[in-house]
Amino acid sequence: MAAPVTKTFPIKHCNFEAKVKTAGNGPPLVYLHPAGGPLWDDFVEGLTERYTVYAPHHPGTGETVRESIYSVESLWDLVLVYDEIFDALNLQSVPVVGTSFGGMMACELAAHRPERISKMVLLDPIGLWRDDAPVAPYMVMSPGKLVATLYKDLSSEPVKKVLQMPEDPDAAATLIADLVWALGATGKFVWPIPDKGLKKRMHRIKAKALIVWGEDDALVSPIYANEFAQRIANSQVEIIKDCGHVPQVERLEILKPLVANFLAA
Amino acid sequence: MKVTSFHFMPYRDLPDDFPKGLDSAWVDAPWWEYGDANKVSDFYNWSIDELMLAARLGFDGIGTNEHHQNPYGFMCNPNLFGAILAKMTRDQGLDDVALVQLGATLAATSPPIRIAEEYAVLDCISGGRLVAGVPLGLGCDANISYGVTPMDQRERWREAIDLMLKAWTAKEFFAWNGKYYQLPKVNLWPRPVQDPHPPLLVPGAASSSTWDYCHDRNLPYAYLSYFGGKSAYNVMDRFWERAAAKGKDANPYRASFLQLVGVAETDRKAEEEYAKHVEYFYHKLLHQPTYQIAPPGYSDYKSLLNVLKGGKNFLQFADLSIELKPLKAKDMIANEFVVIGSPATVRDKLEAMARRLNVGHLMVVMQFGSMPHHVACKNIELFGREVLPHLQKIWEDKAFENAWWPKKLRNRAVKKREMATA
Repeated sequence: MAAPVTKTFPIKHCNFEAKVKTAGNGPPLVYLHPAGGPLWDDFVEGLTERYTVYAPHHPGTGETVRESIYSVESLWDLVLVYDEIFDALNLQSVPVVGTSFGGMMACELAAHRPERISKMVLLDPIGLWRDDAPVAPYMVMSPGKLVATLYKDLSSEPVKKVLQMPEDPDAAATLIADLVWALGATGKFVWPIPDKGLKKRMHRIKAKALIVWGEDDALVSPIYANEFAQRIANSQVEIIKDCGHVPQVERLEILKPLVANFLAA
Repeated sequence: MKVTSFHFMPYRDLPDDFPKGLDSAWVDAPWWEYGDANKVSDFYNWSIDELMLAARLGFDGIGTNEHHQNPYGFMCNPNLFGAILAKMTRDQGLDDVALVQLGATLAATSPPIRIAEEYAVLDCISGGRLVAGVPLGLGCDANISYGVTPMDQRERWREAIDLMLKAWTAKEFFAWNGKYYQLPKVNLWPRPVQDPHPPLLVPGAASSSTWDYCHDRNLPYAYLSYFGGKSAYNVMDRFWERAAAKGKDANPYRASFLQLVGVAETDRKAEEEYAKHVEYFYHKLLHQPTYQIAPPGYSDYKSLLNVLKGGKNFLQFADLSIELKPLKAKDMIANEFVVIGSPATVRDKLEAMARRLNVGHLMVVMQFGSMPHHVACKNIELFGREVLPHLQKIWEDKAFENAWWPKKLRNRAVKKREMATA
């Protein structure tokens, strides 16, 4: 499998220089990363077996200019930035896979341009709010509490691998700075409560959706699976046992065929 | 040197086992478990009395600030207190003391011209004695308690300062069409007495962006740390390096430093008297994780890297990465987080600190933690009589102009001593 390459697209809206990581063969598919920033893990790599995966980096994260987040002033701006990235990639009707914050963005894009998103896979998305099950305040937690909120089992091999820090102190400092900045750059659109009107817009979504939730997700309770399902006409829910907020790391062996079958159907 | 008596207005009577089980004393400490409005009635009144005592003893300034949802200090709007102090000092013939509002949080007040108005009111009532602090605001206050988006906060703050300055000085109606604030017709009533406007003061917690902001605009910087002069060397050295790099002189009045101080007749007596209040302050009131002070997006990327790559010793204690609970008062005194001792000890330590850090403004906190009113008054009196006159002479030998203090008060310390010797 060829290593992913990053393509640059100057976007007119907000004068944003978009960076899109891409690899794979086959029809296009867009992957939208979570609040912690871009990742190209085994799950995304797996998608490249059948699809040409495009993974845009949220403004300010990954390979984009850090300060570019300042000119994307609102969620409306952000949706238009993505819309123009889709234009640049010449995507007319494309499946989108989104994790957590990326899942929220997938819904926003599908509500904004219903014809543009053919299918959606939402992995433990944020974007809705229930007073009786508040989304955990993941931006204001100690690192220890954050990882314990994200993952069910911190001793499992895939989780340990994700949490491994580089030994070089400078590299570790940069990694932490990038992670904190990514939380801030995505958090800009959900602070202080991740309920920015998506519930009013979701009736517009036409894409068929697979909603996947870790049964033990402590960041966004799995009761939100039905909140999303109720608002997306053509949707199905899959709950994964023994899994926290990040099925793509914690239960890849179960998630991978679920997603592959849904996308192929 | 200009010496300001600064007050946090803490909750002085938390139970011994506080903060058992709480992640933080800020935001997370339930009022309904710990708060008593009748006690708070005394705390507010005592705090005002303590500041007024400092004014009578000849301190150059009296200072208040803004914090929310915590027992550390809860003057939710410092201008409520500034208004009381402006009126009381004026009525009592103490109209040579500056009101150092350090200050109201522009970025968490909407629209921020509310602060421009309140500051102008204070300047009017006090007759031109306001120092207008423009704090960025801590994450726990602005972001968590008041809901401001961390990523927006620094830009909001800059825009709010620009708006305030224009609202104070414009001699025409104007429309403000900003990124964060839109006002169709600005015509501020009242305007400050000081011409063109009161001096600004920018408090900070070691962000390199804030230093650059100060130097680019020729504004003074107040480093607010609770970890004493020694732990501030790195920070203030960098501040002065940046000043030099931007062509600014080493005028000490560009910088302020905050220090907790306890004075008694002897070193030993001081340690006995203040130890438990020191521990109350550091163990209970400063029980706060860094993620509350600076949530993601609050520090800009450059400052973030600067701190993270600075290594463990850059901020030492100031980043709160060191567990304070195992430290006893004697450790904190030895590390000079707090300056505790006889008048001679306190004089020497503060003078050495001021000269090493090259600061022309000192903010002393004389009531901290659980310190009762009568002990605070004794502390302020001893300091005022035995330490203050000595400190006020520092920098007098150098011909530095203090352009960051209310004009009518700049030569005050000299005048007072002349009167005393006459």
